[in-house]
Amino acid sequence: MSTVVAPLRTRDLLLRRLRRRPVVAGALAVLAAFVVLAVAAPAVAPYDPYTLIPGGTLRPPSLENPFGTDELGRDIASRVIFGSRISLQVGFITVGIALVAGTLVGLLAGYYGGRLDSALMAVMEVLLAFPQILLALAILAMLGPSLYNAMIAVGISGIPVYARTARGVTLGLKGMDYLEAARALGAADRRVVLRHVLPNMIPPIIVLATAGMGISLLVAAGLSYLGLGAQPPLPEWGAMLSEARGYLRNAWWMATFPGLAIMVLVLSFNICGDWLRDVLDPRLRT
Amino acid sequence: MQAYLARRVLLLVPTLLGVTLVTFLMLRLAPGDPVAIMLGEFASGERVRQLREELGLDRPVVVQYLRFAERAVRGDLGTSIRSRRAVADEIADRFPSTLTLTVAAITLAICVGVPIGIVAATTKRPSVDSAAMAFALLGLSMPTFWSGLLLILLFSLRLGWLPISEAEGVRGLVLPAVALAAPASAVLARITRSSMLEVLRHEYVRTARSKGLAERLVVYRHALRNALIPVLTIVGLQFGSQLAGAVIVESVFARPGLGRLAVSAILARDFPMVQGIVLVVACMYVFVNLMVDAAYAALDPRIRYR
Repeated sequence: MSTVVAPLRTRDLLLRRLRRRPVVAGALAVLAAFVVLAVAAPAVAPYDPYTLIPGGTLRPPSLENPFGTDELGRDIASRVIFGSRISLQVGFITVGIALVAGTLVGLLAGYYGGRLDSALMAVMEVLLAFPQILLALAILAMLGPSLYNAMIAVGISGIPVYARTARGVTLGLKGMDYLEAARALGAADRRVVLRHVLPNMIPPIIVLATAGMGISLLVAAGLSYLGLGAQPPLPEWGAMLSEARGYLRNAWWMATFPGLAIMVLVLSFNICGDWLRDVLDPRLRT
Repeated sequence: MQAYLARRVLLLVPTLLGVTLVTFLMLRLAPGDPVAIMLGEFASGERVRQLREELGLDRPVVVQYLRFAERAVRGDLGTSIRSRRAVADEIADRFPSTLTLTVAAITLAICVGVPIGIVAATTKRPSVDSAAMAFALLGLSMPTFWSGLLLILLFSLRLGWLPISEAEGVRGLVLPAVALAAPASAVLARITRSSMLEVLRHEYVRTARSKGLAERLVVYRHALRNALIPVLTIVGLQFGSQLAGAVIVESVFARPGLGRLAVSAILARDFPMVQGIVLVVACMYVFVNLMVDAAYAALDPRIRYR
């Protein structure tokens, strides 16, 4: 009996490499912790994020209020914990919009080519002529400031990057024999795309999406900081920092902990993004 | 070289058309009646009619766009709803402050990011490389509005070394420029490192080494020039992000630049002002990238002949 070495499945490959990268394992653990915090916020948070503690304004960090209290006497630790709900939602929704719309545009453009390709990619080129924050600002100006609209704006401003990648992958596959074979066997376009093109797109798109999480979170929190996204009294981290700006002189903790939360979350996504790129897509390595 | 540049300039035309079209459509695609949004519910019928006429909303859309584009080319960006001043004048007032901040930040980012990237790529000690890349990851992950607040906390309030606002000229520029430069220097460090590693694998580097050149000469005279070419492209792209990122930093440090003008215009639903700023910044970004491409072609003959 001949021994056949089974090709490593992606999952096994990921697990094997993970063991050698403690930093990445740590980042994944942090992400998992944020998810748990977000889901279990009401149970985990010591206080209600909106309740004012009587006589408890601007308290420095203590055992009772580990991150201190804000100018209205709300517990900052509880607000940061509830804020993780908003931030994770913002991250998944913005990246979701960009990923789904971008992949679709790229697939259509690459697969059908011709005029459709030129038209779609011309639109993407124009969108790329705007720096991402500027494009998000422009869309937000149109829709009006709110957290919901900020998510739409950040999502749309991320579309071109995915479209470009998806189109590139599709074009690369188009000349492949197995694709021709599938078509020669009479497979409909939809089947060819779903069964043969889309699976090839998953690795690069996952890499983009993980790294895109960090950028989306930063841009969305920035919009909230500017007062164009989440509005008070929502415990959104960017909005909390905006409130903290007025109390820098006497309450350093107000400006410290929400920002730390953003940084740790974004850093974890970035570490995972870099690692996934190394593992899944060596060509994109920087 | 000239043919390449001519082609590149020609390609600007559709891009700029697209940019003006998107900016124009902002007002048109806004849900609801833009005039009602801008003036609020209780505006008089007379004022509504007047603004409608002023914005040309009573004409066919194509005519509206052509008029918008033609005026924009002449530098007429309309009148601010809020201040009743010419949008172009208001932008001209605020632009120098934003440009100063952006140029200072990108210069700082190059001076910090590129050397870090070179050291990370050429060091023999893995710990140095790891430290440099950890620094870069941190830079990428810190929101500028947070690092800005921390800088104020530490250097203005605790230590009292630097002023918070821009009142004091150059000294007031230091903290905002540092906050804005951090993410860009992180990006540049990463690109420089990977580009340097790539170049160091080339044959001519091996040749230079094998003829006995000192490692320092190999790196700085032979490898660096080629390694910097992709870095240049990123500098161009980063310049645009900095221009847009200035929006946030300006509001942290209360600098009266374009960004703060944009934010207040968005909150006040002053559409002509928002359109003007978006158009100016986007055009600026497009032209910086053109300049980068030109520099790129001047440095790398391979591009000219492609």
